[in-house]
Amino acid sequence: MVPIPYYLVLAALLFSIGAGAFLIKRNIVTVFMSIELMLNAVNLTFVAFSHVHRAVQGQIFVFFVMVVAAAEAAVGLAIIIAIFRARQTLDVDSINLMKN
Amino acid sequence: MQLALFIIFAVLCVLGALNLLLQRSPINSALSLVVVMLSLAVIYWTLGAEFLAAAQVIVYSGAIMVLFTFVIMLLNAGEEVKTRGSKVAYIVGIPGVLCVASLLSYTFVHERSTLGYADLGGRLNNGVSNMTEISKVLFTDLLLPFEVTSILILVAILGAVVLARKDN
Repeated sequence: MVPIPYYLVLAALLFSIGAGAFLIKRNIVTVFMSIELMLNAVNLTFVAFSHVHRAVQGQIFVFFVMVVAAAEAAVGLAIIIAIFRARQTLDVDSINLMKN
Repeated sequence: MQLALFIIFAVLCVLGALNLLLQRSPINSALSLVVVMLSLAVIYWTLGAEFLAAAQVIVYSGAIMVLFTFVIMLLNAGEEVKTRGSKVAYIVGIPGVLCVASLLSYTFVHERSTLGYADLGGRLNNGVSNMTEISKVLFTDLLLPFEVTSILILVAILGAVVLARKDN
């Protein structure tokens, strides 16, 4: 028997670490990975609340989040490859112009 | 017993996430994110979401993270450099994030009496497996959104191919 708040506190911690990594990290790939970490934290709250309310809808939300995250990762990494081809760098501070 | 299982994998999760934050090299961050995702799969399983635990292993740590490591190795990404922008992020970001974490944790712990407990292997409806329940809702009430996601994935594949293509 684990109290549900433990799961929610774990999700809050993971989300905060993900948000911190999003702000602090300078490598564009790592910034993208911290977005995935935040998505995972929110998924955990969905599953925990689905367990509280004995309703399957929360788990279906997580399923859709996973599908969208997979699509987002494919497109985002393609954009990162395109940026690297154009600028030869992955540092977010040096990618500040729309046009070369 | 279940509490021990939860604590082991929760600690693994938080340590993996902190390692993602602290490592300078992207490949180390990616591998610690795999640890976070695999531990989250176990935690989903303890909440009675077997389908999502399997999907987490297959989709997140199997597909998405392999894509990440592939791109990191393809671009030969080295260690990141410190710049002035990141100092601002340290000063503003860390206190803000700590505020969010403590506020959320306080709210969840404060409402613990209404939230209840998680029992291992607990099913939502008695006698019906998690998989049956999810597929029943997904293929009847939510059939249209399910079909729309397949179009979304098709568009994402085409977009990824177009964006990553070398223009001649």
